[in-house]
Amino acid sequence: MTASAHILQKGSVTRVMLLVLACLLPGVLAYVWQFGWGIVINLAWASILALALEALALRLRSYPLKPFLADGSAVVTAWLLALSLPPLAPWWLTLVGMLFAIGVAKHLYGGLGQNIFNPAMIGFAVLIISFPAQMTQWAAPLSLAAQPLTFGESLGFIFGGGLPPGLGLDAVVSATPLDTLRTGLLQQHTLHEIQAASHVFGSVGGVGGEWVAAAYLAGGLILWALRIVPWQVPAAFLAGIWLTAGFLHWADAGRYAAPWFQIATPSAMLGAFFIATDPVTGATTPRGRLIFGLGAGFLTVIIRAFGGYPDGVAFAILLMNLCVPLIDAYTQPPVFGAAKKK
Amino acid sequence: MLTAILVMAGIAVAVGAVLGFAALRYKVEGDPLVEKIDAILPQTQCGQCGFPGCRPYAEAIAKGEADINLCPPGGEEGVKKLAELLGVEPKPLDESHGVQKPKSVAFIDESLCIGCTLCIQACPVDAILGAAKQMHTIIAAECTGCELCVAPCPVDCISMVPLKEDVGNWKWKYPVFKLKQVA
Amino acid sequence: MMELHRFPGGIHPDEQKAQSAARPIHAAFVPKKLVVPLRQHIGQPAKPVVQVGEHVLKGQMIAEADGYVSVAIHAPSSGTVTDIGLAAVPHPSGLPDLCITIATDGKDEWMARTPVDWRNTDPAALRGHVRDMGIVGLGGAVFPSSIKLDPAGNPPIHTLVLNGGECEPWITCDDRLMRECAEDILEGARIMQHLLGASRVIAGIEDNKPEAIAAMRAAAQKLGLAVEVAAMPTIYPGGGGKQITKTLTGLDTPSGGRTTDVGVQVFNMGTSYALARAILHGEPLISRIVTVTGHVLRPQNYEVLIGTPMRELLLRAGERDGTTGIIMGGPMMGFDVPNPDVPVVKSTNCVLAKSAELFPPKPRELPCIRCTQCVPVCPAELQPQQLYWFARAKDLGKAQEYHLFDCIECGCCSYVCPSHIPLVDYYRFAKSEIWAREKEKRLADTARDRHEFRLFRQEREKKEKAERLAAKAQTKKAEAPVLSTPEQDAKQKLIQEALARAQAKKAAVSPKNVDNLSPVKQAEIAEIEARRAKIRAIAKQPVEPEQP
Repeated sequence: MTASAHILQKGSVTRVMLLVLACLLPGVLAYVWQFGWGIVINLAWASILALALEALALRLRSYPLKPFLADGSAVVTAWLLALSLPPLAPWWLTLVGMLFAIGVAKHLYGGLGQNIFNPAMIGFAVLIISFPAQMTQWAAPLSLAAQPLTFGESLGFIFGGGLPPGLGLDAVVSATPLDTLRTGLLQQHTLHEIQAASHVFGSVGGVGGEWVAAAYLAGGLILWALRIVPWQVPAAFLAGIWLTAGFLHWADAGRYAAPWFQIATPSAMLGAFFIATDPVTGATTPRGRLIFGLGAGFLTVIIRAFGGYPDGVAFAILLMNLCVPLIDAYTQPPVFGAAKKK
Repeated sequence: MLTAILVMAGIAVAVGAVLGFAALRYKVEGDPLVEKIDAILPQTQCGQCGFPGCRPYAEAIAKGEADINLCPPGGEEGVKKLAELLGVEPKPLDESHGVQKPKSVAFIDESLCIGCTLCIQACPVDAILGAAKQMHTIIAAECTGCELCVAPCPVDCISMVPLKEDVGNWKWKYPVFKLKQVA
Repeated sequence: MMELHRFPGGIHPDEQKAQSAARPIHAAFVPKKLVVPLRQHIGQPAKPVVQVGEHVLKGQMIAEADGYVSVAIHAPSSGTVTDIGLAAVPHPSGLPDLCITIATDGKDEWMARTPVDWRNTDPAALRGHVRDMGIVGLGGAVFPSSIKLDPAGNPPIHTLVLNGGECEPWITCDDRLMRECAEDILEGARIMQHLLGASRVIAGIEDNKPEAIAAMRAAAQKLGLAVEVAAMPTIYPGGGGKQITKTLTGLDTPSGGRTTDVGVQVFNMGTSYALARAILHGEPLISRIVTVTGHVLRPQNYEVLIGTPMRELLLRAGERDGTTGIIMGGPMMGFDVPNPDVPVVKSTNCVLAKSAELFPPKPRELPCIRCTQCVPVCPAELQPQQLYWFARAKDLGKAQEYHLFDCIECGCCSYVCPSHIPLVDYYRFAKSEIWAREKEKRLADTARDRHEFRLFRQEREKKEKAERLAAKAQTKKAEAPVLSTPEQDAKQKLIQEALARAQAKKAAVSPKNVDNLSPVKQAEIAEIEARRAKIRAIAKQPVEPEQP
């Protein structure tokens, strides 16, 4: 009959989710600036899919639509997935990804707040396992592209697969720096040779990508300043990458990329500030968050260096999602006055 | 060949020694199963299960002579706990032994009591106070609500009064948390 | 300036105190009817010592303390006892409770009041007197003060804290009391210090009450008392016992413990005032200061006789249209009262009228997203989101393991939750469920012990009887059998006669419980009879009918 407290602070899940989206905007802008219009189309397409799929799932589970569509969590998932996919990914790739993200990873586990795994990362993992070819056709940075696609041409490519006449696929897509690195290493080239031979490498990270990473960092810092995300996860995640990559680079500079290069990838920054910080699937204790972040950073580099896929952020975070209950159980902070008891 | 056999034998001896030591070192005292079952039973001592009290029933369960669903005061929840303890499937309460009733205490209509002491003898937990030819009274706090005193009373002056919720025993309710649409 | 410490957690809700703090305390008035509950404190309810129809004087004891953890209740005004029975009380359950109803005669006639020379009274007797004057903690917990004033603990009490951290929004009763009656409060503190043997007295007052701080400082100087008056930062729940102890002394109360475990005893300002009135003026606790605020025309503090219906207060403060309910206490920890006719009790510090504007309906609850906004605000440094999961899943063992019982139910977590989950309600549910189960367990254990003892007794009696019979048989070998038939016959006859008498009586009074026995009940009795027979057969030890 009573529900204390009788007064509530202003704030809601919707506000949290909208702030996350707002803080992603710098990254999106940088993305458009460096890689063209494709990402905007895919963000919109993913958002539409997310809301439609969410509505469908809610209807099937006889949950009310309005409060759960308005909470914004589906759109956040959509953006995170779209930003992880190649900017010119075909429409059906996003569809399959969102189907798994919203349908399987979120609603089969009980919907908002109940999922064990980050939905966007489940969608990403399913896609990279099922469609490795499409997933590595990254849009070339505009500065390297022979002829940038216009908005209409991007739309046509994403939904029709057709390119303007006279333009080959190689003109619009290229491998990511991480992918280039991996292929080169498989061909027994040294790091130095690969970087000298390819033009996708920028001053710190990849051409274009390093700007996007910097924008994610900026947005992420705002998110932290607003106390939406705790400092522990991003800091530990980046530290995990830096330390692991640093050790490998120190051990064999010819094979393993420098730590700054690893951190300056868009996926690392997006993962650190926006994906690993997902409260639902992350650790909740301060020490637990440090362990969670460090583990995810460590696994990211390990997978990049020794795994079968060029990037490891998604798998690293999913693996750490799995460990969350254990981490939380063993990192409970002492309660007020607990120290004096013993 | 010989070396392999010797190595294997050596490992076997070593492991055996460790196991033997562990068995002695970490020995578990006694068989606490009866105690554990008895702890789950509600201690009403009503005998509805067919055994003269909760402990005999616990012993029978432990020996596998009685089923776990014979205790109406324990209710479905009690059956579930027993099933969990014994690692068996829970089953519905056996209604031939009675149904679960709200917790009650016996009440003696003191204007009718003749002081025959028959109820005092019937009470399994000595919760009735009185002497021969003196009016008897139930110690409500000790009464388990077993009803065993009701039948022996020659003047039918004992009735079972269900315990009512009051400010003293009231519990906070589970918050209603409606996510689903009410159909 | 003394060093202050920061307790963990806390929030800054809108204070809303200016409305009621501006006006002085309104003097007590006598309503036509006073409904005085017998359960106004933690522990055993008081036992009535008056009869219906009896005339009582103001301050006369109408119910006495029943046991150690209990206090007496007194008539708040003179009049006639019209009822002793169930009536609506302010309790979150909305259930009625035992109350003594007094129809006042309007004379407000005091009984003889006798001050106590507390310096020359035995401490135990003085504590007994405190109990008989009905003094309980007026900060909200209403724990009997007589027990809190007993220093027979380990470690000894070194510091007495006067709690002026009135941290809940809207409430200003302690603020006004400090401004207007600082000297009485400090007189009370002097008695407390004497009983506790505390070397230090600190009055902690939040810095949003500068007038109260000034008044207390002036009073301390005037009385020449070594009371440190500290201005504490205003943070909710800075008035919690463990929190104010941390703020003023830097001591951490152990988890699961009380502030007395670190040698600090905390009393509310109102309690100290009530104690001074009781000891120095012989006035038992029959009234208290109540803030009447919220959706009323003239928010103000009132001195209110215990038992005054809340409706009377609303009428005096100017009831307004659109009142949607009454909260007793503050908006953080208070609860909705079932109706405006419930009486003011010793724990009523505030009567807060609600309206849709001041207390809009809560937004819909959403699932927990584990955002942990509740963690940094929790003053007990718990993991509210974990406790919530456990309480929701009814995993009570785990909830306890995660220190559920360190939760002070301050409501900070509910206040900040972006999913608007009534977290505290879950914790209260879990706590009361655990208490109920523990009680059930205790009862079961008692029943087991008593049953086992009975079996042992029966065995012993059987043996003794056998021995006795054997001994008798030895001495009266050749003589007649011990149990003479005529004797038994006589007994049987007695029983028969009694039965007949009972039947006759029964017919005369026609008791309810055996009247028109339904076939169902007959069958039930028959079934029980059969069961008993079966048990006897199985037990193979027929209960020997003891000769009356």
